[in-house]
Order: sequence, then structure tokens, then C-alpha cells
Amino acid sequence: MNARLADKIATGLFWTGALAVIVILCSIAVYILYHGVKSINWDFLVKPPQVIRAGGGIGPQIFNSFYLLVLSMAFTVPLGILGGVYLAEYAGVNRWTEFIRLSIETLNSLPSIVVGLFGLLVFVNMTGWGYTLMSGAMALTVINLPLMIRITEESIRGVPDSLREASLALGANRWQSIIKVVLPGAFPGIVSGVIITSGRVFGEAAALLFTAGMSSPSMYFSKWKLFHPSSPLNPFRPAETLAVHIWKVNTEGLIPDLRRVADGSAAVLILLVLGFNLAVRWLGRKIYRRMTAS
Amino acid sequence: MDSLKTFLFSLFHLGQRELTGRILTAGAAALAIISTVAIMSFISVKGLSTFVNNGVSVKEFLLSFDWAPDRLPEEGGPRVGVLAFILGSAAVSLPAVFLSAPLSVCCAVFIVEIAPFLGQRVLQPAIEILAGIPSVVYGYIGLSVLVPFIREHAGGLGFSVMAGFLVLSVMILPTIVSILTDSIKALPGEWKEAAYSLGSTRWQTIRLVLLPAARSGLITGTVLGLARAFGEALAVQMVIGNTRKIPISILDPVTTLTSAITMDMGNTPMGTLWNNALWSMGLLLLMMSCFFILVVRFVVRKGGAVR
Repeated sequence: MNARLADKIATGLFWTGALAVIVILCSIAVYILYHGVKSINWDFLVKPPQVIRAGGGIGPQIFNSFYLLVLSMAFTVPLGILGGVYLAEYAGVNRWTEFIRLSIETLNSLPSIVVGLFGLLVFVNMTGWGYTLMSGAMALTVINLPLMIRITEESIRGVPDSLREASLALGANRWQSIIKVVLPGAFPGIVSGVIITSGRVFGEAAALLFTAGMSSPSMYFSKWKLFHPSSPLNPFRPAETLAVHIWKVNTEGLIPDLRRVADGSAAVLILLVLGFNLAVRWLGRKIYRRMTAS
Repeated sequence: MDSLKTFLFSLFHLGQRELTGRILTAGAAALAIISTVAIMSFISVKGLSTFVNNGVSVKEFLLSFDWAPDRLPEEGGPRVGVLAFILGSAAVSLPAVFLSAPLSVCCAVFIVEIAPFLGQRVLQPAIEILAGIPSVVYGYIGLSVLVPFIREHAGGLGFSVMAGFLVLSVMILPTIVSILTDSIKALPGEWKEAAYSLGSTRWQTIRLVLLPAARSGLITGTVLGLARAFGEALAVQMVIGNTRKIPISILDPVTTLTSAITMDMGNTPMGTLWNNALWSMGLLLLMMSCFFILVVRFVVRKGGAVR
């Protein structure tokens, strides 16, 4: 075959493939948003779900998703940053470092349901807590830690050596230079790491089925005492997140307006995740501009 | 008040010490190792109890189609052969990779070579958004669009192997594309220029120079995509119908390892044979995941410096 003709055909194929992916994404987004927007209203966003009757909302589920986000980030962010600092600044080239990297790689590619099973064994049964937000937060930390460590490491490696050397030359020790010079320099990368892992918290469901549970106790939003059983802030209560709710409604839901609730929940979830996605880009650009003064 | 001040000062001083930094950071890094080792050992201990406590042979577990964990002793006692689930997992994840890998190659080449501006401004963000869509949402779309579509136009119940691998093929696309894009971008520009200066067309350059050189990236991406497809639970569970029968056509319903665990883990009491068999399936998933990682490491070491 004529080489030029082959080139034309191949180019056409590449364009088709790329267009196909764009079309798939657009149809998914349009489908979810078109159906979802019809069922989203204020009542839907704040009211508790119904078990058999129509007219339920997803208020507690949205609250649970955000609260779980805060709890799991409280573990993931400090641990991830410290781990990333170790790999970027302290780790030598030896077997120990190699072993840490192998662990992170393994942890990162574990199916989330396996982490959920581990959580069920350790954070639910061994601790004796039962299905709790705290168990869910720990399972999510296990899932997000490798990603957070990797992103931190990469952004710390991006900080120019001259900054480090200047700080050391002024008499600061390594740890002081890291805290005062290197980490602020790596801040934009770390922020985007935090937001990426946050998006994963919202979307995760398989690991939460067996750790945070599939039900929410009735909560009274007037009770804010931390460990009261019906306080929304109690970290030792079971909690169904939005993603888990979508799964549960679709597989074992008995309500007559199942489609409406499922459509609305999926749309809210997608909007949250998209919102985080856009926030990463916007914030990243903005912080970068401020830090580099360009 | 003074003693408090000295205390705070010494605390501050401690926080500035080099040793503190070393201990804190090394501790966090060690936590990654501890979690990995803990997951492996806990799941192994629990997963092996089917073989140790219940006396089921590994051969029977892996190579028998006989899944009847609730059969009464009068009828011959319970059976826990999970071959049907293993094949089910393979039946949804392998076709997903075969569909997704060529499309991913298209996208990666498009982003790097064909139309870098459009690729990086439109296609790459689109793929990142696809990566961010939660798996339950994919499952829900599969359930509300794909399943009825297959039922009406192809026949069967709609809940099928086909619905499973179609959903998975979209889900794993971003994984393969991002790894492949990185590895094509990392190739030295001179190779491409050399090919062009010898008179190659763009397609010849891509086919004969770029793709062979990015081979290890392609394999790594495909294997990681396969790993993701194999371990995905909820999206698959929602669209495949979950029957115990072995599928004959791609329109038949099927059960995978992950969906069996999802469905029954909450309903079976801890310590029973049924429950133990589910933990053994979890162990099997864990071993598959480790196997995939080893393959990737091997490929990367052989193929040179591609992340």
C-alpha cells in the first residue's frame, strides 16, 4: 500500500479514537446531569432518605461524605507529607528505600475491596468499634496514603536545590530547612495532592461497605456533643456515604422513586467530584502564580 | 508561668531538632510498609482458614465449579469451588483490556503526536475527568443505560458479561492512557526526527519507532489496567447479574470474585465455611494484585527507564 495513503488512514483512525473517547465522556456527563438536575432541589439535598415510601432525600449521606473526608484527611495529609519528605530528602539508595517503594506500589494497586476486607478485620472487629466513621476513615487512609506520599515526593523534588543550599548555608539544619523552605516551595503540588485524594474519598464505596457500614443512625443536628450516639459529629457511629448510598439504592432499594433518588445522588456526586477537579486546576494555577510572582 | 514557658520553649526546640525530623518522616514511611505487611498477613491468615480449619483442598477450591456453600450435610455437605468466579473475573476483565488498550494507544498517540494542542487542551482533561468519575456512577450508568440497551437490542436479560466488560473498558482507559502518554513523551526527540529525516511518514514513525520504543510503557499500562479491572467490585457487581451459572455467551449473567465477596460478606456469619471461602477469594485477589505488580516491575527493569 502507498505509504502516504496508509498515513492518511492511520491519522483518520487516531482522530476517530480520540473523538470516540470525547463522545463517551460527554454522553456520560450529559446523561447524568440532565437526569440529575430534574431531581435535585433543596428538599432532596437536606431531607433524610426513606426506606419504603417516596420522597426521601440524601441530606445525611452528603453530611457523612464530607465528615468522612475531614476525618480521613486528618490522617492522610500529615502522614502522606511526612512520608513524602522522607523519600525525597532523607532516603538513601539502599534496600530499605527500595522496600518502601515496593510497599507503596503494592498498596497503591490493591483492589479497594481488599482494603475494605482488611478494614473489616482490623478496624471493625479487632478494635471492637463495629461499623464506624473512624474505621472508614482509616481504611480510606490506607487507600490514599501511597498516592499522597508519591505526590508530595514529586513536588518536593521539584523544589530547586539552590533554595535548600541557601537555607543550609545560613546555618539551619536539614529539618529546619525542610519545614521553613522546602515544604512552602512544594506547597502547590501538595495542595493538588490533597484535592486529588479528596476526590477519591467521595467516590470510594467498595472499601466503605464493610468499614463505615451501609446505614446511618437517625441524627439530630441540634446535638453537637462529640460522643453522643445520635450526634452527627460522633466519629464512632456507622455512616453511609453518598457513593455507598448510590450502590445500595440501586441494588437493594425498595422505594418507588428509586430512579429519582439514584439520578439525583449520582448527579450530586459527579458535581462534587467535578468541583474538586476544577478547584485543583484553578487553585494550582493561582498558587503557582503567587509563589513564582509571575 | 515560667515553667510553662520553658516547657513550650523546649518543645519548640525539640521540634526543630534534626533527629525529630528523621524520626517523624521515617516513621511515616515505615507506616506504608507496616500497612502493606499487615494487609498481607491478616488477609492470608484469614484466607487460609478454609484450607487449614475446614480442610478444603487448594485443588478443589481453585479447580472445581462446585459452588454450594449452603448445601445441607444430608445432601453431601457444602462445596466451595470457585473456578466459576475466577473465570467470571477473567471473562469481564480480559475483553475490557482488549477493547481499551487499542483505544488508549489512539488517545496517547493523539495527545503526543497527532494534535498536541487539542490533545492537551481537550482530550487529556477529558480523560482525567473520566478517571475521576466514581466507580458506582459507572455502575449506575451501566445499570440504567447499558443493561436495558443490551436487553432490547442483543437479547438476554441485559445483565451480562458484555455489560460488565463495556463498563470496565471505559473505567480502565485513563490508567492505560496516562502511563502510555508519559512513556511516549519521555522518548528522546532525536529518534522521531531521525525517522522523519529518513523520509518516514508520520504513521511509519509512530508504528516503527515510537510505539516499539514505548513498549514497556504500553505493557505496564495494560497490566495495571487489567489489575484495576480484575479488582473492581461494585461497578461490575451492579451490571453482571451475579448468577452461579457458568456463562456460555457474552449475553449470559456471570459472577466474579469481587461481586461474590460484595454480595455475601455481610450476610454470612464469621467463621463458617461460606464466610471463610469468601476470605480465601479475597486472598486470591490480593495474590493476583501482587502478581501484577511483579510483572510490571519485571517489565520496567527489562525495558529500561520508563516509569
